[in-house]
Amino acid sequence: MILAAPPTHPGFLSPTGVEIAFLLVGLVTLGAAVVSVTTKQLVHAALWLVVALGGLAVEYLLLTAEFIAWVQVLIYVGSVVVLLLFGLMLTKAPIGRSPDADSGNRPVALAVAAAAAAALVWVVWDAFRKTWIELDGPAQGSTDVTGETLFRHWVLPFEALSVLLLAALVGAIVLSRKKPEGERD
Amino acid sequence: MHLAYPAVLAALLFCVGLYGVLARRNAILVLMSVELMLNAVNLNLVAFDVWLRDALHAGQALTLFTIAIAAAEIGIGLAIVLMVYRNRGTSDVDRLRDTAEPAESGATPESTDEKAEAAA
Amino acid sequence: MTTTTLAVLVPVLPFLGAAAGLAVGRAAPGFVRPLAVLPTLAAAVLAVLVAVRQGGNTVIEASTQLTPTGSVPITLGLHIDGFAALVAVLVGVVASCVQIYSTGYLREDPRYASYAALVSLFTAAMLLVVYSGDLMVLLVGWEIMGICSYFLVGHYWETPEARSASLKAFLVTKLGDVPFLFGLFALATDAGTFRIDGILSTVASGGLDHPTLVALLLLAGVAGKSAQFPLHTWLPDAMAGPTPVSALIHAATMVAAGIYFVARLLPVFAASAAAMTVLAVMAAITMVGSALAALAQDDIKRVLAYSTIGQLGYMAGALAVGDRGAAVFHLLSHAAFKALLFLAAGAVIHAAGTNSLTAMSRTGGLAKRIPDAYWTMTVALLALAAIPPFAGFFSKEAVLVAAEHTALGERTGIPAGAGWTVLVAGLLTALLTAAYALRLWLRAFRGRGPQAPDHGRQPIAMTSVLWVLAIPSLGFGLGAAYLDDWFDGEALTPTLTTAVLGTGLAVAGGAVTYAVWRTLAARAVPAVTPPHVAHPDAEAGLVEAEALHLPHPAEDPADPGRALLGPLHGPAADGFRLDALYAKAFVRPVLGAASLVRFLDREVVDTYVRGAAGTAKGLGWLVRRAQTGNVQTYLSALLAGSVVLAIAAVALANAFAGA
Repeated sequence: MILAAPPTHPGFLSPTGVEIAFLLVGLVTLGAAVVSVTTKQLVHAALWLVVALGGLAVEYLLLTAEFIAWVQVLIYVGSVVVLLLFGLMLTKAPIGRSPDADSGNRPVALAVAAAAAAALVWVVWDAFRKTWIELDGPAQGSTDVTGETLFRHWVLPFEALSVLLLAALVGAIVLSRKKPEGERD
Repeated sequence: MHLAYPAVLAALLFCVGLYGVLARRNAILVLMSVELMLNAVNLNLVAFDVWLRDALHAGQALTLFTIAIAAAEIGIGLAIVLMVYRNRGTSDVDRLRDTAEPAESGATPESTDEKAEAAA
Repeated sequence: MTTTTLAVLVPVLPFLGAAAGLAVGRAAPGFVRPLAVLPTLAAAVLAVLVAVRQGGNTVIEASTQLTPTGSVPITLGLHIDGFAALVAVLVGVVASCVQIYSTGYLREDPRYASYAALVSLFTAAMLLVVYSGDLMVLLVGWEIMGICSYFLVGHYWETPEARSASLKAFLVTKLGDVPFLFGLFALATDAGTFRIDGILSTVASGGLDHPTLVALLLLAGVAGKSAQFPLHTWLPDAMAGPTPVSALIHAATMVAAGIYFVARLLPVFAASAAAMTVLAVMAAITMVGSALAALAQDDIKRVLAYSTIGQLGYMAGALAVGDRGAAVFHLLSHAAFKALLFLAAGAVIHAAGTNSLTAMSRTGGLAKRIPDAYWTMTVALLALAAIPPFAGFFSKEAVLVAAEHTALGERTGIPAGAGWTVLVAGLLTALLTAAYALRLWLRAFRGRGPQAPDHGRQPIAMTSVLWVLAIPSLGFGLGAAYLDDWFDGEALTPTLTTAVLGTGLAVAGGAVTYAVWRTLAARAVPAVTPPHVAHPDAEAGLVEAEALHLPHPAEDPADPGRALLGPLHGPAADGFRLDALYAKAFVRPVLGAASLVRFLDREVVDTYVRGAAGTAKGLGWLVRRAQTGNVQTYLSALLAGSVVLAIAAVALANAFAGA
């Protein structure tokens, strides 16, 4: 709030370069996300998800959070989407257009989502339309800074998270293991 | 940069993900939409962290945790979907209706019976 | 052992016998007979011991309080005076006789085990009533007797007569028991205790505030239990039970409990002249009415039942004139000869294969078939008709003497009118009693017609008991002179006037009956023999159960009772249509109210109940439709709700911020 003194930043009609870049990438990201949840081709949906997640990585970069951007690329684009594609293949998802990709719940979903969007955007806009992020100065999320805070202040949650990952690993193996013949769960 | 840009983008992405969760039929597509929602939250976290210049960088640390948890979630989720697919031969969420109230046809005459009795 | 311990054992032994009998009756049938007979016999012996030790003079008082019971304490107490000691001996002896008789009478009965246990339980309850020094404990025994009577009257529950008779017995006595309970409460409130000695001392010091109310309430219970007018109607019907039960409960003991209760608390009743008058009138109506009814009955057991009511009327009359010695004296002698009459009647029914006097009068040689029953019944009938020197003569004389004293104003505090009422009714009843006793004897044993079938000798268990009971029927009156100590120390010897009057009337009644019988018997042509039971060779209990179904011939020209009663015969045979009157006055309104309640319950209350259920079910049906099983639908609803809540929260916050 200290930094949000009105005279110190320009209005929406005179955007900075970073803002323009953010806006454009944001539009691409949003568009890719929309296509990803509406397309009839399942594999395309995964690929459009890559675009959306990649766009988000660029947004992180623009917000000077470098480390998170790379982690985003590595984990989401690199592994999560690949996993999802494997999942699609393993469940014999149809390649090409499948007319029944959306369930009968679609109108309700649209209504709920639209209402949520309207409410959120209204609230967020109302709250933060005059707030300014000062991006100058040292990068906020360089690997250096992130590593220091992570291993100085967040060591315990970090280690706990590793246990969680281990549990998830074991759980995934147990769940997806093929049972021997005759043994039913 | 105006904070409104990332905040509004995050809100819209969240709602797109929400729509996907509610409207998609294939369970894997539902999982994708969940990823979108998580990422929207991540964007919010990063943006507010940068704006607040938090000394502990709590927002960014939390974002990392979220990403890790999302990875775990997608692993477990896919395992579950695969198992459901192996057992049921489908991964369509709206066809997994074992918890539905059964025998809709049987319920109606009984109910009318009761009403007739109550009226008598 | 101290006398108190012995006295406690007296009611406890039959109770334990009953519990053991019920517990092992099914598993070990061999133990049932000893378990039925031995505790009762032991109780009888102990009761004799207690009576001897008590000696008649000193009242044994012992009590213990188990737990505090509010403002009026209830104690487990003994109060044994001379009357209690003698009545307990009587109960023990008669119960033992009945138990022994039953082993022969109900030899083959499949429900003998529960029957014997119930008789034992009844004996225990009666002994509790006799010995109890606390009115609440007395009431416990009183009610146990009632329920035992209900079960035992309904012993042959396969027959509708027994079922309805048991219900009637229970309900009619209950009708009296409710005011009785209120009377006990009122008495205890006035006296501040349930202890009998406490109440008696309160009465002696004039501390009773509402003597008439209390006495009348208690009289209702007494009338119910002791089958006094107008609550006597259950007793003739109760003859649907097995004969030994009739002998024990409905002749000798339970029906005497009401008389005994009044005798015990006589000062309470004597405190109210109105109550004594009511009691005298009640006794007079009961005596005369029941004697007339007895003269018209065809069922041998119903004759005896009405005679029981009449003799109880004598006892009530003795109490009404304030002489409890005479009342208890008559109670004891009556119990002996009436138990004997019933047990002998059981043997007669078995031998004749019917319970109808008309049928017996058309069967010859019954007396030869069952000589034991014949001779003992003759003795008992002579005692009933109060012919000297049999027991009934002395006890009835005691009652008449007491009534005479009161009528002549020799007794203070009791209206002379009560004395006159009892005296006149008693003399009239003496006449009628002799008439119906002789009628019973002539028609049962002097019948003419085909010879009675021979079933061989009766079991020794049955015949020996008859002779045992014949002893007191014969000699109790003569021996009573030695028992003065137990009867308040009063002499109960007859006086010349009443003895001549009473005996003369009895002889006259007998003579007239005999003359009428001779005339009718010479004139009448023996008609068709009424039906007998289908299996006359079965054991006695089964024969009696079958005989319950037999129709009774409405008209028999050879019946001396018919000729004697003339136009009264029809109403008298019907019990003076009291049952029909009750049906009109009480049963029909109650049934009407019940059907109204039924209608309200079924059509009004149930509509609401069904409506409530239907509404809930309909709502459930609606909600159930939402359960599609589609997770996405659920999630949509959840998120839509969240959005609505969020919007509402924001809108409210804005509104408040703006305001």
